[in-house]
Amino acid sequence: MTDLGRDRVLISSDFGDYALLSRDEADALQAGGQGLSPTRRMDLAARGLTNVSGAVPDLDEAVRRTRKAFLLEGPTLHIFVVTLRCDHSCHYCQVSRAAVGAAGFDMSLADADAALDRVFEAPGRDLTIEFQGGEPALRFDLVRHIVLGAKSRNADGAKALRFTMVSTLHHLGEADLAFCAEHEIQLSTSIDGASALHDHQRPNPSRDAWARTVEGIGRARAALGEHAVAALPTVTRAALNDPHGLVDTYRALGLRSIFLRPVSPYGFARKTARVHGYSTAEFLAFYAQALDYILKLSAAGEAIEEVYAAILLRHIWSPFHSGYVDLRSPAGAGLGVMVYNYDGLAYPSDEARMAAETGDKRFALGRVDQPLDDLLASPAMSWLAAGAVAEAIPSCDRCAFLPYCGADPVHHAVVHGDPVGDRAASDFCERQTGLFRILFEHIDKGDPETLRTFTAWAFRKDRREVRTSGFVER
Amino acid sequence: MSIGLPLHTHAAIEGVERVELLKVLTPEEARGSHLGETDVLLLEDEALVRRGGGPIRISSLRNPEVVGPGDVVRLRPGSSLVSVLYRRGSTSNTLFATERCNSLCLMCSQPPRDEDDSWRVGELLRQVSLVDADEPQLGITGGEPTLLGQGLADVLTACRTYLPSTHMHVLTNGRTFKDRGWAERWGSAHPDHVTWAVPLYADVAEIHDEVVAAEGAFLETLQGLYELGRLGAAVEIRVVLHAITIPRLPQLAAFIYRRLPFVRHVALMGLEPMGFAKSNRDRLWIDPADYIEQLRAAAFHLADRGMSLSLYNLPLCVLPRDLWPFAQQSISAWKNAYPEICDGCVVRPHCGGFFASAGPSWRSRAVRPLKLEEFA
Repeated sequence: MTDLGRDRVLISSDFGDYALLSRDEADALQAGGQGLSPTRRMDLAARGLTNVSGAVPDLDEAVRRTRKAFLLEGPTLHIFVVTLRCDHSCHYCQVSRAAVGAAGFDMSLADADAALDRVFEAPGRDLTIEFQGGEPALRFDLVRHIVLGAKSRNADGAKALRFTMVSTLHHLGEADLAFCAEHEIQLSTSIDGASALHDHQRPNPSRDAWARTVEGIGRARAALGEHAVAALPTVTRAALNDPHGLVDTYRALGLRSIFLRPVSPYGFARKTARVHGYSTAEFLAFYAQALDYILKLSAAGEAIEEVYAAILLRHIWSPFHSGYVDLRSPAGAGLGVMVYNYDGLAYPSDEARMAAETGDKRFALGRVDQPLDDLLASPAMSWLAAGAVAEAIPSCDRCAFLPYCGADPVHHAVVHGDPVGDRAASDFCERQTGLFRILFEHIDKGDPETLRTFTAWAFRKDRREVRTSGFVER
Repeated sequence: MSIGLPLHTHAAIEGVERVELLKVLTPEEARGSHLGETDVLLLEDEALVRRGGGPIRISSLRNPEVVGPGDVVRLRPGSSLVSVLYRRGSTSNTLFATERCNSLCLMCSQPPRDEDDSWRVGELLRQVSLVDADEPQLGITGGEPTLLGQGLADVLTACRTYLPSTHMHVLTNGRTFKDRGWAERWGSAHPDHVTWAVPLYADVAEIHDEVVAAEGAFLETLQGLYELGRLGAAVEIRVVLHAITIPRLPQLAAFIYRRLPFVRHVALMGLEPMGFAKSNRDRLWIDPADYIEQLRAAAFHLADRGMSLSLYNLPLCVLPRDLWPFAQQSISAWKNAYPEICDGCVVRPHCGGFFASAGPSWRSRAVRPLKLEEFA
């Protein structure tokens, strides 16, 4: 049971069914339910939110298995850090990059091949290979080698492979883009805001990072199609003051989705927290304003989506997991994600390898030439396991947002020194519960156009196809 | 007013000494058929004739149109009745499994009779062997077909043998599937070719059990649905819309999506003014014009979530335009008829229409002819 303020209370079940109650209803429920209206009593019984036995245990168990089906798939996101070199010197990222001319920061062919062996040891059918850096385009030859290697290993078609690449797009030539088009490599880039802000935060030698990324988006669209490039901002203090401005920058670039993620507390960003950082409360205030603006634009018929809200809404409304590896329980670290670093070490998540770059060596699972099972049975995985199951974390187990949330043992290990962490002092918890609060307040308020937008986002539909949200649980 | 072809007619019948199920064929088609002379009634100029076995001759059909090539007919000794059990080209052919039922739904259109009719299994097996092998779909209905027990498994196995590409659509209340042994026996008889169409009337036991007049039915049906889901069977949920089911229809839609996400199709059906529905009119009747809000809430909840959905037995003029894509023109030909008020309606050829038996008291006040100008 979680208090939403203003006399509204959220209750939820292990299966993700929920009800939004008035304080009076919540009191009546706790007193045994006699004081509830017949309609409300039936609502709660049907959603498994009362003690009335009337459920079918086998069906409940099937619902639980469906929600956690990702566990059987093993790691589905395989991140290759083909090089740590990058020509940008972003303030919040300096430790997880190396200078363009530096030696010893590229992945070897042998390690790339060994990492591919790990990918194909994963039991799941749908596998994503993501290229990261550094700037992976500086070693596009390795990207080609890995894509072609993966395809030849998949000659029997047993796996459904997806490729993605995180890049500034500056260094992708026409031949590279043609390769991306041929192999359907999805491109993801960063736009932190308008050009002055972006260029200030992401300095490159020629001081034209924004212009070259925008130019790259144009070339990539021409080669790969309108929807082949996604962009996301790293929201720093500088962007925080102008939520509308950030959204408008994306609109002006024809980017229809925006992922409003706060600056990462990992790696160098922690050390520059005073310059770039902000409190979670400040981020949530920014987020609420940006979301309101995006909802207003959507209601007026514009195609635009906030990606994180879409993921959380999918978690709230769908009986299936979204597949998003960064928010689930048990956590995606290692169990859903494997990171193969340029130096041949394997990590359970991108954040873990960034923490390792700052000198914290506890996160390495082993080397890429060890079998996947060994990596998953490593001391690092056992250590992280203590904080990997949200249902077992004190105070999470009483939170009504739990069925939609996840555990982040790597984050808590980095920030608190312990994978379980302390929820009372956890910025992860404060941010997640704050975001859920914002979304549930919208659901509770029930503006028809907002619910229509939320429905389109949650179920991946064109908003025009959603004539009305239909019934929405309250 | 147009009423479809009846399924019975009278005739002068000679030579029938026991119940006979026979396939009507033209002499030309009979020559190429795998069926033997004893199975076939040849459609000749003046009469229907069986050459093999004991010769049979049917002449002076009162309504010759009732019987056509490809049909399967039943003849009884000492009776002048020719009953069509299967009509080639009809989209609503069914195997009638039993008159028995373990529920007693308030709106049952085919009130059950508690008599041992297990003799039907033999007829059904025979009927299956005579249906056109390229028939796309065949229904199985009752009563509650699973009360045939092993007989139902045998009928489905016969379908697998004789009609390997025909899709079977079985109406069952799902309660008996709570027994895993039976669920597996029925579910494995003809896998991948059966849709189990199971009614669910509410998201809570007290309403569902009231509608089917059987205490404990809700939990049994849910357990049965679980067993069907576990087998990977194709399941359709059917909801009859009336005064008792309407208030929680939106919540039922949410329940289906969240608890039964394996369901392949949901059918929402207007009330048929037949059988028990007539005697329970006071408890059941609600003008569809008064439940559009609940219908939309449920329909779009499901459609937005990617659930396949159909609306049956509801005239188009009663439905808001955004629900039209879900409306099916499905009422069996013999039930579908239009009152005078529909004259001149431009969407009549696409309309789900009316039950021939329904009087004006069963008609929505929203019924009216739609004019072409409204679509400009």
